[in-house]
Parts: sequence; structure tokens; C-alpha cells
Amino acid sequence: MRFQVFPDAASTTAVQVDWLLAFLSLVTLFFLGIIFVPMGVFLYRYRRGNPVDRTPLNISTWKIEVFWTTVPLVLTFVIFGWGAGLYVHMKTPPEDAQEIYVVGKQWMWRLQHPEGKREINALHVPVGRTVKLMITSEDVIHSFFIPVFRVKQDAVPGRYTMEWFKATKAGTYHLFCSEYCGTQHSGMIGWVTVMEPKDYQDWLNSGSPQETQIAAGERLFHQLGCSGCHAENSKVRAPSLVGLYGKPVPLEGGTIVTADERYLHDSIVMPAKQIVFGYENLMPSFEGQLNEEQLFQLVQYLKHLGREQPPEYRRQGEGAAQFIVPHEAP
Amino acid sequence: MIDLRENYLSKHTIRSWLLTIDHKRIGLLYLFTILIFFLIAAVAAGLMRLELLTPQGDLLLPETYNKMFTIHGVLMVWFFLIPSIPTVLGNFVLPLVLGARDVAFPKLNLLSWYLFILGGSFALYGVFAGGVDTGWTFYTPLSTTYANGHVMTMAAGVFIAGFSSILTGLNFIVTTHKMRAPGLTWMRLPLFVWALYATSLIMVLATPVLAITLLLMTVERFWGVGIFNPALGGDPLLFQHLFWFYSHPAVYIMILPGMGVVSELITCFSRKKVFGYSFIAFSSMAIAVLGFVVWGHHMFSTGQSAYAGMVFSFLSFLVSVPSAIKVFNWTATLYKGEITFSTPMLYALGFIGLFTLGGLTGLFLATLAADIHLTDTYFVVAHFHYVMVGGMVLAFMGGLHYWWPKITGRLYPEKAGQLAAMITFVGFNLTFFPQFLLGYLGMPRRYHAYPEEFQIFNVLSTAGASILAVGYLLPVVYLLWSLKNGQRAGENPWAATGLEWTTPSPPPEHNFDQTPVVTRPPYDYAYQSTFHPREVEQTLENV
Ligand code: HEC
Ligand SMILES: [Cu+2]
Ligand SMILES: [Cu+2]
Repeated sequence: MRFQVFPDAASTTAVQVDWLLAFLSLVTLFFLGIIFVPMGVFLYRYRRGNPVDRTPLNISTWKIEVFWTTVPLVLTFVIFGWGAGLYVHMKTPPEDAQEIYVVGKQWMWRLQHPEGKREINALHVPVGRTVKLMITSEDVIHSFFIPVFRVKQDAVPGRYTMEWFKATKAGTYHLFCSEYCGTQHSGMIGWVTVMEPKDYQDWLNSGSPQETQIAAGERLFHQLGCSGCHAENSKVRAPSLVGLYGKPVPLEGGTIVTADERYLHDSIVMPAKQIVFGYENLMPSFEGQLNEEQLFQLVQYLKHLGREQPPEYRRQGEGAAQFIVPHEAP
Repeated sequence: MIDLRENYLSKHTIRSWLLTIDHKRIGLLYLFTILIFFLIAAVAAGLMRLELLTPQGDLLLPETYNKMFTIHGVLMVWFFLIPSIPTVLGNFVLPLVLGARDVAFPKLNLLSWYLFILGGSFALYGVFAGGVDTGWTFYTPLSTTYANGHVMTMAAGVFIAGFSSILTGLNFIVTTHKMRAPGLTWMRLPLFVWALYATSLIMVLATPVLAITLLLMTVERFWGVGIFNPALGGDPLLFQHLFWFYSHPAVYIMILPGMGVVSELITCFSRKKVFGYSFIAFSSMAIAVLGFVVWGHHMFSTGQSAYAGMVFSFLSFLVSVPSAIKVFNWTATLYKGEITFSTPMLYALGFIGLFTLGGLTGLFLATLAADIHLTDTYFVVAHFHYVMVGGMVLAFMGGLHYWWPKITGRLYPEKAGQLAAMITFVGFNLTFFPQFLLGYLGMPRRYHAYPEEFQIFNVLSTAGASILAVGYLLPVVYLLWSLKNGQRAGENPWAATGLEWTTPSPPPEHNFDQTPVVTRPPYDYAYQSTFHPREVEQTLENV
């Protein structure tokens, strides 16, 4: 029987979280001490029948009360600050992160690397590279939990969530679904394999060559006729999608939203929900025609659009509809 | 000394029980009912612990296992923990400690019980007709679109039981305002009353939100209106917000009354005025109020915005302070006391131990970055069992033993009581402490099978659970035994100060022959021993 008391720590965050946990454990011990040591003494000393002095003390209670209200208060502020700071760090992936796509589905995890390689219930990552998981679900809520990295993120249907880590130690580690998701919840598990960069490269190159996510997105963009409307010379008046990602988009009705992954995703499956200001609701819904993986490929392609373009081609935010296509129409 | 006059238990017909509007009898009706639910929920837990003895899922089918933890959660939360102290001890004791004849609305009180029975019947039908496998949290879209079983029956049961809670809460609030004996000012109220009052406020204000949430769930499940399911244009996290908006305050429904009971026990068995009366009283109110604004701490890993996370984390730290204040005040009460280790006191001390550790581990979960790792693992399971079982159940047992002589007119065998209290404490720790370590190691909750390196802690936990079971069964045996064979208790076996101890045990149906008048502050044990020293000595010898 294998036996362990402390889990391995195999990411940069894991070490930071462990320090925080150690501090919290110290605080716990401290409070246990200041409560139960006096309590034990009182219980023993003032037990019935023990002849000790019991004349009540004449001191002002409120000073004591203020004291033991302030001490925990200050301590909790320290813990709060530490925890919140680290949390913000865990929520802000470094710029250079490599994006891996994860979709949960009763009861398995499917993943795709940008290079196109797919995995099921397994994740291969190199040591020392920042990896950012873009997570969603096709049905109920799941949660992608890698204990040795101390990261966990719910997979919520209808939105993209994110978790990132930088693995530090090669090895094979548990991957769990940690949000109860129905009958085989405890079977929705797998392995994370952390490899040396060279081994990882070999692993990526093994098997038959795959279409990259962006290439797949581009192919879908043409196959589904997106380019027909969104191209420069199209007859339909549709906004340019070049450089859209990350920009503010003014909507009919006056609100402004940021074009993030979820916005792009929803624009494809629920175009009527948010209409771009100055345009008509002409775009058909692609709901049901695409699975989540394909939708993500399209999203990745849209994000890529304009990223490689010189600045003058980029869209200027504020509803400016320039009809630019970055590539030859087929 | 033996008082054999007519009392509230004198009538024996079934009709006299089922149509009673006597708060004391209604309390006993509740006691009987919640024990049935407790038993079923405990059996479910036992089966789970047996399954978890080995890493493979070999004893139960996965679906059965999932139904077990759902049954365990739903019944324990809504049909045992939430009603336990308020409806049993609260019903029995509240009018007595206020020097009142009954609660403000006795008929409404009986209606609450019938609603509870109706809700409970739905839940039990759900359990025995095939069960539900959503977990007690009913998260969408699992519960609305994907789950098997009698989700709606179960939800209906919880919905109806919710109204029972609301009515009890209303009744207690009005009773506390209107029925206090002459001279019993707010600052002379026993702390148990303050705790019940705070609890009642939460019941009245939070439970309607649960009702609305369950209704919305029904609308989605039956009519396919997209509220929570993104495939229908809804938002699954909206459900979690609504659910925890109720369920976090509900955690305080489950702990505040326990804190109230413990304040009574600590003072009585250290024969001391409570330290920092007003701080304990107002910390109950602070907890009730702050408890409404921390629900988001259940959702740190759902992808809610970092700002929301920070606000909820901060508020959760604030709500921990009033609980700490209570623990410090209880400890200080012991100082210069005259302490006896009677059964209720042992339970109260056990409560402080377990509740404190439960509360401190709550700090881990309120800390954003730490919660990410620990949430949805066994750490959380251990944490809330320390608070809710270690807290509420121990307080309930302590209170039950404390007021048992008043309820039945009999004393229970003291040695057996002390033994049971200690067995419970040991069994509890052995069951749940290993789960903290399991959680840190990363074992997710609600797992039917698990990797083998987690086995050792699971074996310890199951072993602890069997000890815990003994600790629960023992009191059932000797308390029942005491009904016929216990020594007669007399009016005030503990030489305690509350008004409930100034009337015979068991009390007459109308509680007091004359409306009592209160002239002293609460817990005035110093005064009591100076002015009635002999009486106190005698009654204490009895114990
Ligand atoms: C029939 C023409 C048509 C087709 C086909 C079409 N769209 Fe659109 N699309 C529009 C129009 C018109 C708008 C602006 C109105 C709106 O917001 O719905 C739009 C808006 C969008 C937006 C939001 C743009 C912004 O500036 O915020 C995105 C993203 C988008 N489409 C992506 C796609 C993708 C991907 C496809 C292929 C799967 C596609 N569209 C197919 C007409 C079309
Ligand atoms: Cu799951
Ligand atoms: Cu909570």
C-alpha cells in the first residue's frame, strides 16, 4: 500500500500555495494554543472541590474584549492579503503561455494542443513552460483539478474558464474531476505527464501529423461560409473580424463589451444575443452544427486573425467597420 | 420532594399528541421525527464509509453511492441539523425560559410540524422510490437536465420543509418580543434566547430565497425555460449564487442555536456568570447579518471574477471574528469557576474543541489561493463536519442531556452519559481528522472509488465512524431506560438559574402556576449560592 502524508509539489504555484498553507497551519496552532492551554489550566485548577481562591477579579471586561477582537481581526487581514495576492497571480497567466484546450463531458476530458495533437483523460506538458488551459464543458459543470500543481478550475458549460501553471518536476501525476458531475464522477480521472522539453517535442511529433488548431479554424471559417459575409468584398454588410479579439465592441442598445473568447464563441452560436452596433441581425446561428472543439478552433482562428497583421490593418475599436480580409478568399 | 402532580405528559391518547398545541409536546414530536431522519441519513453515511474502506468501488454501484451521499446530505441538512435545536430544544425551552405559557402562536406551531412531516414524506418517498443522485446542492444543469431519479420530489420536500422553518422562525421572533415575563428585559435574556432569535431572523429572511430557487429549478425542468441551463440560454452559476445565498446563512441556522446552548451549559457547570454577556449576544446578531454576504466563498473556483472573489473572501474573514469572540468568552467564563464535568459540560467542552478546529480550518477555505486547492476535496468535508456535527450535534446532545430532567422529570445515569460523550468525541475526531489530510493530498469529495494511496486515511475514517456510531447509540439506550428507571429529577437538579428551573419537572401543561417575575441578571450564580447555599448543595449532591 502506498502511503503519503504530504502531496508532491510540481509547479511554481504549488510551492507558493504550500507556504501559504504552512502559515495557515501555524495560525491554527497558535489559536489552538491560546485557547486550549488556558482552558486546560482553568478546567484543572477550578474543578469543583479544589480549594483555590475564587474571588472575582475586578477588571474592565471591555478592554479584554477589544483586545481579543482586534488580534484575530488583524491576523485575518494578513491572511486575506496573502491569499488574495496569490489568487490574483493565479488568475493572471503570463503573456507567453501556451494555450491548451480542455473540454469536459460526462465522463471524460478531451484536450487539444495548439499543434493539433489530441488527448483523452491525459495531459502532456513540458517542464518549465507556462501552460494555460482554456476549459469548457459540453454538458454539466466539471472541475479540472491537478493536486500536485495546486490548481483547480471549474469547467462551466457556455463559458471559457482558465487555469495556468508552470510545471517544475517531471513525473506522472493525478488529474481529477473535482466537481460532482453524475454517475461516473469518480471515473473522470486521468494522468498528467510532465516531460523534459525534448521528450515533450518528441511526443508532439509522434503519430500522424495533425492540422493545427488555427488551420482547422481557418478551414471551418471557409467551409461554413463565414468568409462569405465577413469578407471585404461581400454583398452582406458584416463587420470585419480582423483584430477584433480583445477590443471593445459597441452593441445595439448602447452597451459595450470586450471581445473575449466567450464573446466570440457566443457570436457564433447565439448571434442574436448581442448585435454589433450599426449592423443588422443577419448572421445565422451555427448552434448544433459545430461541437465545442470546433468552436474553439474557430475562436482561436479569430484570435489569430489580425495578430500577424501590421497595425494599419487592425480594426480601430469603436464600431469602425473596415472590410479587410487578411487572406485570399477561396 | 417527589412531585407527582399532573403535568404536560399526563394525557396518553394518540389524539392528544397529534392535535396538541402545547409547545412542549410539539418539541417532543419534532424530537421523534428528526431522529428518524437522522437514523436514515446515518445509515446512508455508514454505507458510504464501508464503500470507502477499499479504493475500488466494490460494495455499492456508483449510482447507489451517489444516491447515498445525496440522501445523507439532504436529510441531515434539512431534516435534522436545521430543525434540531430550534424545533426540539427551542420549542420546549423557549417559552419556559421566557416565563411564558406557550409560544405566541401555538396553532401555527403545530402547523409547522405538519408541514415538516409533509415535506419529510416527500423526501422519504423520493428516497425509497428510487433515490436522487444530484448531491444535496442540486447544482444545475446536472439537476435540471441530466440527473436521474426523483429530483423534483426531493426538491418539493425541501421546499415544503422550508415553510415549516419560516413559520417556526416567525413564531420564535414574536414570542421573544411579546411573551417575556415581567422584568425579563432584553439584556437579561439567557444567551440561548439571543441565539434562537438570531437564528429565527435567518430562517425568515433566507428560506424564501431557497423556495424561489427550487421553483425556478422546477420551471426549467418541467417547461424547459432557460434559467440555469446555458443550452437554453440560462446561467448555471446563477443557481449557485441563489443556492448559497440561502445555504450559507443556513450554515448559521445550523450553528448559532448550538452556540446558544453551549453558553447555558458552560455557565451552569462552572457556576459562573458568563464572561462578556453582551459580546456573546451581539456576536450572534453580527454572525446572522454578516452571514448573508459571504455566499460567494463557495464559488472561488467557478471562474467568478477575481474582484468578487476578493470581496467575498474579505467578508468571510470578518464573519470569523464574532465566532472567535464567543470561544474566548467561553474560555474566560471558566476562570475562577467551580467546574463539574457532568455530561452536558463534557458535550459543551467537546463542542468548543471541535467547533474551534472547524472554524480555524474555515480560515483555510476563506483564503482565496488556499481554497483553490482545497475546495471540493475531503478538506471541505472535514471542515463542515467539524462545524456542523462537532458543533451542532454535540451542542444538541449537551442540551438534550441538560434539559432531559426537565423534559421527562427523570435523571439519566451520569456515568453512562459521560462515557457516551467521550466516545463521541474520540470517534468524531478519528472519523474526520484524517479527512483534512486526505483533502490536502487531493482526494476529491463525492468519489465512489479512489487511488490507493488514499486508503490508509479512509480506513482510519471508517474505523472512527464505527466508534462514533457507538457514541450515538449509547445515549438512545440509557435515555430510554431513564424514562422509567431514572431517578426523579426535582425542579432544579443542576441548581441552574434560568426560569425553566423554577417550575416542576415535568412542567404542568400551563408551565407556571404564577407568572414569574425576574429581578436579577442572567447567570447570577454568585447570588444564587450566597442566598440559597443549602438548596444548591443538596441538588448538586443529587447529581
Ligand atoms: C449571413 C452572413 C453571415 C455569416 C454567414 C456569418 N456572419 Fe458573422 N456576422 C454577420 C453580421 C451581419 C454580423 C453583425 C451583426 C451581429 O452582431 O450579429 C456578424 C457578427 C459576427 C461577429 C461579431 C463581430 C463583432 O464585430 O463583434 C463574429 C465574431 C462573427 N460574426 C463570426 C462569424 C463566424 C465565425 C461565422 C462562420 C461560422 C460567421 N460569423 C458567419 C454576418 C454573418
Ligand atoms: Cu465530475
Ligand atoms: Cu458557506
